[in-house]
Amino acid sequence: MAGHALDEVFAAGAEGIRLAGDWTLRGLDERLPALRAALAAAPADARWSLRAVRRMDSFGALLLWQAWGGRWPAALEADDGQRAIIGRIERSAARALPAPARTSALDHVALLGEGLLAFGSHLAGFIALLGRFALDLGHLLRHPRDWPLLEISANLYKVGVKAMPVSALVGFLVGVVLSYLSALQLRTFGADAFIVNILGMGIIRELGPVLVSVLVAGRSGSAMTAQLGVMRVTEEIDALAAMGVSRGLRLVLPKVVALVLAMPLLVLWTSALALLGGWVSAWVELDIGLHFFLQALPGAVPVANLYIGLAKGAVFGFLIALVACHFGLRVRPDTESLSANTTASVVSAITVVILADALFAIATRSIGLPV
Amino acid sequence: MSAPLTNAPVVRVEGIVTRFGRNVVHEGLDLSIRAGEIVALVGGSGSGKTTLLRHVIGLTRPAAGRVEVFGEALDAGGAPRRLARQRRMGVLFQHGALFSAFSVAQNIAFPLRELGMMSPREIDRLVALKLEMVEMEPAHALLMPAELSGGMVKRVALARALALEPELLLLDEPTAGLDPDRSASFIRLIRALHRELGLTVVLVTHDLDTLAQMATSVAVLAEGRIVSHASLEDTLALDHPFVARFFRGLQARRSHSHGAGAG
Repeated sequence: MAGHALDEVFAAGAEGIRLAGDWTLRGLDERLPALRAALAAAPADARWSLRAVRRMDSFGALLLWQAWGGRWPAALEADDGQRAIIGRIERSAARALPAPARTSALDHVALLGEGLLAFGSHLAGFIALLGRFALDLGHLLRHPRDWPLLEISANLYKVGVKAMPVSALVGFLVGVVLSYLSALQLRTFGADAFIVNILGMGIIRELGPVLVSVLVAGRSGSAMTAQLGVMRVTEEIDALAAMGVSRGLRLVLPKVVALVLAMPLLVLWTSALALLGGWVSAWVELDIGLHFFLQALPGAVPVANLYIGLAKGAVFGFLIALVACHFGLRVRPDTESLSANTTASVVSAITVVILADALFAIATRSIGLPV
Repeated sequence: MSAPLTNAPVVRVEGIVTRFGRNVVHEGLDLSIRAGEIVALVGGSGSGKTTLLRHVIGLTRPAAGRVEVFGEALDAGGAPRRLARQRRMGVLFQHGALFSAFSVAQNIAFPLRELGMMSPREIDRLVALKLEMVEMEPAHALLMPAELSGGMVKRVALARALALEPELLLLDEPTAGLDPDRSASFIRLIRALHRELGLTVVLVTHDLDTLAQMATSVAVLAEGRIVSHASLEDTLALDHPFVARFFRGLQARRSHSHGAGAG
């Protein structure tokens, strides 16, 4: 390109090297590779003339300083302004940036230890939060006027009502799929009527609560963590503390109470829609009528299973909300920590729910099963 | 060598209208800033100073009117041309807007890396230089933004704004939150850059000391338009209720020092 010729800024001749034009980041942009080569080829004892340089910024000065090998050349023609700019490069060269710490084999051991300690601190933090919640609840029992009803109601709407469409859709579709796959198997045995037992038992006792928990952990748990996290970043939580408002009472408790109330309702709603989806599939595949389906359901599924399902919902809701608040309050004021804690919140909530589900299975192994 | 090559306006806005819902912020605002000027934009809270700055950066669009930067409309040309134009301006946001996941050095190096022209060694040298220019210690380079004080955040943000050697520097409340000593050295720094590089600077400020020591002219934003764009002396002489209120302290101080000098 004619407009980006090297000789506009750099000319090496018998009397030395003459620089001209704009020695700026933008001025040198296009001819930088050629210029770097030319600067590298410049003899160490050359005379340098900067008289014709119109503008120079620190990038241009840095290029020169590097070409000079970090020393002022013996013969230099430059005005005071240029010398000042290059002088700044010289000064800053003496103040090199500290190198970031390197990782060694020992660091991996330290990382392992840190991981263990972090787990311990999470456990301690979670127990402290649980204790705080119990104390807050005790306080509310003695001072019923302090109930944060507005916050609870707002949270109930957010985590309950607004989660209904998505949980309905997911529940319905899972019901359809489960029923379809079971119907294929049952038909080969001629045991068509047992579809009611499989769907009823599976969905009401097990699938409904776990499905809703996974959805709510992803939907509401992450939102709670992110909300508390951003409130930490923007110092809103500190502002509350400065006003003497308990964050446990105003931020944590309403979320936990709302989710404990909303989850059983969501479980009921989702299980009902999953059963509906299951029936639709059974009707198409096995020609089972709605009337038969509804009549056979109470006989196939003892009512204790419904109570177990609802109790699971409440317990899972409690765990999800507490885990979400725990991670939200641990966010440090940077974006990396916010994203890490939100991820950890969802993953931990789902893991904790599944662990709790296993405990439920063991604890209720003799309840509600038809003999 | 540092004199601006032309006196064409670096920033020109014409007939800007901005509304937030029913709230009209600018109604037909005109402002023209020539190369090499240091313009202080003053106005009451909520008068739309920061909004005007955001229009110039291209973060928001006015409901009506025209914004020109470096003689071209903001949306003129293809993406590469717009990017090149964007790189000619440096912005210091009010709260620094440092990338919280990056260290100080990485924050300053980020625009340099994006440019893709320099070796890592050169980037490190330039980062060290910018840190020195804003009077930070090299040891601060590894700190994270969350570990910095408010004044340090401002200085790192300025270093980042200066990383690409901008021709136009937009500063939103540059000295708010700095102690007087840092504030004075900040002003010295901007003036030195202005002298050496022929920078054009637009600053939004409430600090009369910053304004008096830095600005070559003052643009007063009131009633949705620029009511005056003149030197500080001429602005002080202006008969306008906002100007009278805003500059009362400065006028009092000046007349006091004049009186003391005479007596």
